[in-house]
Amino acid sequence: MPRSAVRRAGSPFTGLRPVFMKELSDHLSSVRMLVLTLFVIVFGALPVGFALNDLRNVVVSDPYLFLRIFTVTPERVGLSFIEALNFIIPLMAIGLGFDSINSEFNRRTLSRVLSQPLYRDALLLGKFLGGLATLAVALVALWLIVLGAGLLLLGLPPRGVEVARGIGFLVVAIAYGGVWLAVAMLFSVIFRSTATSALCSLGLWLFFLILWPMIASVITVGFTPSQFTSIDQMVAVAELGQALERLSPNILFREAVVGLLNPETRSLGFMLPMQMRGAIPGAPLPLDQSLILIWPPLTGLIAGMIVLFTVAYIVFQREEVRA
Amino acid sequence: MADNVIEARGLLKLYGSQRAVDAIDLEIHRGEIFGLLGPNGAGKTTAILMMLGLTEISGGSVEVLGFNPVREPLEVKRRVGYLPDSVGFYDHLTARENLAYTARLLDIPRSQAGRRIMEALESVKLADVVDKRVATFSRGMRQRLGIAEIVMKQAEVAILDEPTSGLDPHATFELLEMIRGLKRTGVAVLLSSHLLDRVQSVCDRVALFNKGKIALMGTVVQLANQVLGAGHPILVEAQGIDVAAALRGVEGVQSVVPEGPQESGGGAWRVMADRDVRAAAAQRIVSAGGSLTRLADLQPSLEEVYTRYFQEARHAA
Repeated sequence: MPRSAVRRAGSPFTGLRPVFMKELSDHLSSVRMLVLTLFVIVFGALPVGFALNDLRNVVVSDPYLFLRIFTVTPERVGLSFIEALNFIIPLMAIGLGFDSINSEFNRRTLSRVLSQPLYRDALLLGKFLGGLATLAVALVALWLIVLGAGLLLLGLPPRGVEVARGIGFLVVAIAYGGVWLAVAMLFSVIFRSTATSALCSLGLWLFFLILWPMIASVITVGFTPSQFTSIDQMVAVAELGQALERLSPNILFREAVVGLLNPETRSLGFMLPMQMRGAIPGAPLPLDQSLILIWPPLTGLIAGMIVLFTVAYIVFQREEVRA
Repeated sequence: MADNVIEARGLLKLYGSQRAVDAIDLEIHRGEIFGLLGPNGAGKTTAILMMLGLTEISGGSVEVLGFNPVREPLEVKRRVGYLPDSVGFYDHLTARENLAYTARLLDIPRSQAGRRIMEALESVKLADVVDKRVATFSRGMRQRLGIAEIVMKQAEVAILDEPTSGLDPHATFELLEMIRGLKRTGVAVLLSSHLLDRVQSVCDRVALFNKGKIALMGTVVQLANQVLGAGHPILVEAQGIDVAAALRGVEGVQSVVPEGPQESGGGAWRVMADRDVRAAAAQRIVSAGGSLTRLADLQPSLEEVYTRYFQEARHAA
């Protein structure tokens, strides 16, 4: 019987809720989550603490002082909070997702669960949403802690627009986590061994973190002529380099976050001097303009998450459940 | 027939060019225990997975309780309980929590779930460990928990894949008792196994799988007649007489072969006849001056059927 001729009866979302609730409660009560939380606190507290220390000594008035907690690179740490998150979020997402399907398989629970009235769709989606919700809980908690620490140590409340930008940042961070969660789940579907899938997820993360920027620049250099004959040519090469870099979710995250938390950011690409004519250097953009600015990287992240999940879904549908 | 819970027609499964299940026809009636027997890799599990809609069907058709597992898997899975080969549970959860998760997947109302879980656990004698983590359970307890899941589900059909493999004799006995218990509540049971004497004691009908095909199907006696030949075997043990010579004269006796080691002056003999010749044999031995120490009706053993069948199949190949 050809696959396309078969129509299934019943909703693919039957059983989604119990799977989601179980995943969430499993994650939140697991030792792994505890370890990840400790990890987050250590890695997050260091830059935030030093940033707050630096900011307390700032004398110039800054309308976006609160957002600087996230973006300032403290002298003694050399790592801003958002740079730290660029490490933490993928690690957390991979930690939550790398064994989601293959551990069920190895514990031999998969065929028993799938013999209950639910489709594989619901199992995979429930697990993904459970992981994403766990990640969101952790990030919101972290965000609130940073906000609280800022209130206490800076002694001034954030303005509404700063909170709005902060919430936008949370959305970006969760989408970024979703990408890596989808990566980890894809590998957990492909590989039966949890160690292999963890290794592949981490390997891919390191590839994008360290190697991909180098590879992108090498490719760009390869396309650079020995001498630029026109400004169009120069723009084309620069755009190629940027397009290649943007294949990495890490870069997309950085761009979106910088656009949101640094209101002075006018463009994520490079700008020619003539495009800057009339602009007041250092003047912040209004929130809606910043949102327009970060729209492409944000949709890029969400699209990447959906594509990766779809691939995992297709692979999972074709997999045999028997041992 | 309306009373069939599972009906397969020309069910086919291909892995590449290999025929894992080769166009089998199968009917399982309401309220019977049906055994799927065969060596490992004969296609038993694949056939089961196709009935549950857990793997795709390459050809033919199968209906479970009137539903098509390909198009309506949810309806099938709501009514059929499945105990996979070496079933797994979530080790970090207790027995009760594991079943509670299944109950939520089955959409059993919360008000009923607690009671149904406890009743099911009591029926498999796990009531005293409901709040222990499954990690501490033995293999036999896990299998029983799997049966409890089927009981809680109130399934109309139970499909058990190798339920007794890896269990000690006592645990096996207990499990088979529970399978009989399922039958008593009107559940049709399909069980696959390669442990023949165990299966023989519970199954109403069996099918012998070989290389993806059903080689033989029917009751154990029917199978024995088919493979071992029609006849009525008895076992005779006597002393002080040449049993073989004495019994060859009895009407209906076809063959007399020694069974086991022969001692001087007596021993055991396996007598094949076309009718029940026990009375005549006893009379003959006693009147010839021998002392009859044992006379037994031999049930055809499934093991014998199985061994003989596969010997013949190998010779034929």
